[in-house]
Amino acid sequence: MATKVVMEALSPTMEEGQVTKWLKGEGDKVASGDTLAEVETDKAVMELVARGDGVLRKIVVPEGTTVEVGSLVAVIGAEDEDISSFAVDTAVPPAVESSDGGAADVAALPTGAPPVPVSGDSDRVKATPVARRMASERSIDLAAVRGSGPGGRVVKRDVEGAVATPPAAAITGPAGFEDVPLTQIRKTIARRLAESTGPVPHFFLTTEIDMERVVEARTALNALDEGPRVSYNDIVLKVIAAALVEHRACNAWWQGDHIRYFNEVHLGVAVAVKDGLITPVLRNAHLKTLRQIAVEVRDLAGRAREKKLQPHEYTGSTFTVSNLGMLDIDQFTGVINPPEAGLLAVGSIVEKPAVEDGQVVVRKRMRVTMSCDHRVIDGAVGARYLQTVRRMLENPLAIVW
Amino acid sequence: MPILTYRDALNDALREEMERDPDVFLMGEEVAEYDGAYKVSRGLLEEFGDKRIVDTPITELGFTGIGVGAAMAGLRPVIEFMTFNFALLAIDQIVNSAAKISYMSGGQFRIPIVFRGPSGAALQLGSQHSQAFDSWYANVPGLKVVAPATPADAKGLLKSSIRDNNPVVFLEGEMLYNTKGEVPDGDHLVPIGRADIKREGSDVTIVCYAKTLAPALKAADTLASDSGISAEVIDLRTIRPLDTEALVASVRKTNRCVIVEEGWPFSGIGAQLVDTIQREAFDHLDAPLLRVTGADVPMPYNKKLERAAKPTPQKVIEAVKQVTYST
Repeated sequence: MATKVVMEALSPTMEEGQVTKWLKGEGDKVASGDTLAEVETDKAVMELVARGDGVLRKIVVPEGTTVEVGSLVAVIGAEDEDISSFAVDTAVPPAVESSDGGAADVAALPTGAPPVPVSGDSDRVKATPVARRMASERSIDLAAVRGSGPGGRVVKRDVEGAVATPPAAAITGPAGFEDVPLTQIRKTIARRLAESTGPVPHFFLTTEIDMERVVEARTALNALDEGPRVSYNDIVLKVIAAALVEHRACNAWWQGDHIRYFNEVHLGVAVAVKDGLITPVLRNAHLKTLRQIAVEVRDLAGRAREKKLQPHEYTGSTFTVSNLGMLDIDQFTGVINPPEAGLLAVGSIVEKPAVEDGQVVVRKRMRVTMSCDHRVIDGAVGARYLQTVRRMLENPLAIVW
Repeated sequence: MPILTYRDALNDALREEMERDPDVFLMGEEVAEYDGAYKVSRGLLEEFGDKRIVDTPITELGFTGIGVGAAMAGLRPVIEFMTFNFALLAIDQIVNSAAKISYMSGGQFRIPIVFRGPSGAALQLGSQHSQAFDSWYANVPGLKVVAPATPADAKGLLKSSIRDNNPVVFLEGEMLYNTKGEVPDGDHLVPIGRADIKREGSDVTIVCYAKTLAPALKAADTLASDSGISAEVIDLRTIRPLDTEALVASVRKTNRCVIVEEGWPFSGIGAQLVDTIQREAFDHLDAPLLRVTGADVPMPYNKKLERAAKPTPQKVIEAVKQVTYST
């Protein structure tokens, strides 16, 4: 029995994928689980694996072509099996724009048949009601679950499997949290603010922090010449996480009908990549040492730039940090990463005149701006959080206290 | 517990209720001198006399009307149809009189009557004598519809039906009369409106009643031994009022459901069950509900075609594999 190889949804938001490289050729023996091709998604380069045993009989989508999720890309079958019944399917898949901006080269494809129209609901996740209910109860993103039913329908056993498999489970988001029902005033605030300023009603809080002692601390740490070098950003991340533990009110997700306050801090760290931006997640940042943070952030950022992150590595953050200091930005405002309620935009450390004991002195200063979702965080709440961040950065020993 | 045939279980039920209540009488074609076309009333004429075991001419509309009148006058008639195919001639009395008089008289008249006899196909009786009208009767407000599958349920439900103050359509089966089973001693009553789990299971609910219990159980056995699929078999026993609670509880547990019925598919009993289950258990369904029904044709006389037109264990197995995604 021949097996269709289709473009799979390899990330929660993937709608199409580009076959960048075929690792198996027509006529090669393949076993279930073998990597067939590399596929570039909207977020990363992922592997497309075989879902059946046999011989890779036909490659339908050539390298460099982008097709929608669900499109047939190849056929696996027995060596002598008649796969002509796939004739209809082996027509040119619905090509979307290829990465070089032009339309895919239809003439180069194996057959000259016209493109197969895509049904209108191809991007809708097909799942049975019980699968939907279980996924919702367990906070599983159905789009990330591979459906084993007809036409890729997600059925109960797929959701059960998703719970049992750690990588998929990571997409479910942090485990330690408390759901707090919305009070009437909170509902009213949410409705009125959202009505007035759009889906996420932002407001911004800026403070300037004296970084003299952070500079001293970093110099001292790196003078030890042991292990990884610690960056200012690492120290800032550590402080942001430590301060969030003290201010759970800012470590939260807006959930429409309730607010989810997290006990764990998972920091999204905005990383600029070639054609955009991605926020890998520093999990349990509040529990990690500066050294761990230094190593992990470098690894995540490096792989983010190579598009090698797995979906669970860029989902489930509870608060996001964006640092443009290295690009000489003194101060900026970031856009919140929903459903998170807060984001801290970090500027560069600059020497500037400051007033100390009535004297003008030159100090190393850094400006940070917190973007708050007003439905979750009120002005004074955000301000008190920033006060803690500032207190800790001005006295970095606070983070070990 | 004594082992009885379905036929003798019905006979016991009639005898016990006639002994218990002098208002109960049996009327129909061949019920007295001939002991009933299928011998359900064997010995009753001797025991109760011709005032209470009444032979009629071949006049279904007439004797059904007399039955309804007798019920209005306070008696508790049991009307036997030689088969429900012949009750088509009497359906005006059943639907327009029996089912409505209590309503139209504002409750001044009760119609405690039982219409009973074999329903559906037997073997090679041809298309006019092989029909299941279950859904026709179940469609009518004012009627209760009962369809037992086992001797014990046949006895317990017939006794409950005779004691019920509303008209009850009691569907038996030629192919069931000779089946045997344990029947509890004493005044065994089975309540109307209560389904029964004939086999517990966890992967799929197979809903059936009357003649379809046998293929359902056989399918469940094969599925367990060959495919490791654990099927729960629910015997409705009463079609109306429907035991929604039992059905929904089972489907909530198994997430999947196959309905087996003898009648035609369009507007069949299964269609009603699907409606109820999808509404009451929507968030618990893991597959579309499937029905195994009689074929949508007049029943063929040809033996092989007749077999092909009926629900079989194999058809049930295929449907179960489909809803459990194990084909």
